[in-house]
Amino acid sequence: MGFVEGLAQALALAATVLPEEVVRALRAAHAREEGPARVQLEAILKNVEMAKEGRVPLCQDTGTPTFFIRFGLDFPHLKELFAAIPEAVRRATREVPLRPNTVHPFTGKNPGDNTGRCVPAITWEPGPGDAVEIHVLPKGGGSENCSALKMLSPGVGLRGVKEAVVEHVVAAGGLPCPPTIVGVGIGGGADLALKLGKLALLRPLGQRHPEPEVAALEEELEELINASGVGPMGLGGRTTVLAVHVEYAHRHPASLPVGIAVQCWAHRRATVRIGPDRSITVSQ
Amino acid sequence: MERVLVTPIPEGEVRALRVGDVVYLSGLLVTARDEAHRTMLEKGAPLPLEGLAIFHCGPVVSKKGEEWQVVAAGPTTSARMELFAAEFLRRFKPRVIVGKGGMGEQTLQALAEVGAVYAHFTGGAGVLAAQAIQRVREVHGLEELGIPEAIWVFEVERFGPLVVAMDAHGRSLYKDLSAQVERNMEAIRARIRGEVKR
Repeated sequence: MGFVEGLAQALALAATVLPEEVVRALRAAHAREEGPARVQLEAILKNVEMAKEGRVPLCQDTGTPTFFIRFGLDFPHLKELFAAIPEAVRRATREVPLRPNTVHPFTGKNPGDNTGRCVPAITWEPGPGDAVEIHVLPKGGGSENCSALKMLSPGVGLRGVKEAVVEHVVAAGGLPCPPTIVGVGIGGGADLALKLGKLALLRPLGQRHPEPEVAALEEELEELINASGVGPMGLGGRTTVLAVHVEYAHRHPASLPVGIAVQCWAHRRATVRIGPDRSITVSQ
Repeated sequence: MERVLVTPIPEGEVRALRVGDVVYLSGLLVTARDEAHRTMLEKGAPLPLEGLAIFHCGPVVSKKGEEWQVVAAGPTTSARMELFAAEFLRRFKPRVIVGKGGMGEQTLQALAEVGAVYAHFTGGAGVLAAQAIQRVREVHGLEELGIPEAIWVFEVERFGPLVVAMDAHGRSLYKDLSAQVERNMEAIRARIRGEVKR
């Protein structure tokens, strides 16, 4: 399998099959809900089954293809990988098919293949080793519209961070298609806080941050947001978020940035690993 | 309560519905987004809409020979149609509006006046929606409006589940809920604030 094929396969997998642990979380939510909330989760679970069976996209908004790449500094095929990414996006757009979602902000023109200026968005993170790990995160517009950056005064402390996240997610109500997954990035600068929020979305559901204080904050935020009663699709219920993931970076003494990345229930995600011998595995 | 509404839906049947009821729809479901609403209010509807259901949706479709096939057809955010919905309801008298996220006060009033309900379909469940669409009966304005904005007339069979979220008696699940959420938030804020004292 070539790089283009492997990456296109990952895009197809992400668009059509929901990761197993997300389905498990949705099933658990279904079991504890009643009334309109339960009806929503039933419809979601049925939709997930049908999409998987028919290998068709889960949602008509197949999102913007976004890539997060951790590459070993000794990986010998970087140039080839660099060229393969937009090609894989074009191929998946044709073959799955994905909805063409890239629009020129001035002319309104859509190239029709999900590529364009700065798109697909790719984050390259170098590290030791000779292999590559690529995370694909096609993110829908409805939930992305509910993502936000809050530049807090450091004096408000962790309490202020909690308040900002809870108020923001609850105010979004049904708009991001809850139950959502929320990635929170604390610290760094404005751009880094949002990037960390998105990176937090890549962590599988049910996996806590390794540091106990951060893990405790994740749990508390989940509990607080779910106490709001917004519920699935904003129709009321116990499950507004399936998970909250937090990542952090050191901050400037004068700044406390909080990036909030909101992801809809259709948390589409896939991973490609490429070895130095060009071996490729696609997983979720 | 769970029931199937068959178009043309009599007014009495819709007035009997209450917020929270779960219904399914069989018959004709007509898509309309922003541009379709504007066009129909300016030039009239391409078919009589009284008793039918309107769907806030821009579908993904493909053409197999002469027949259109619907691949995915989840709802779009209804709030954008608040600009048009009250006048649209009074003029064309559809009995059901299907969408997601709910609508505002003007629509709520018009629903009560005309005898219609707003029904929520699960956001993102585009495959489930497509499955209930038996056939594309006709499409209007495809040239001018493009695929997502065109007026698609779907023949549907047990389309749903739909949750009646705004009924013909002035009740809105969204309004009730936002009051409840605000009350919950007061307790949540106190919990967050309380920690600082410790």
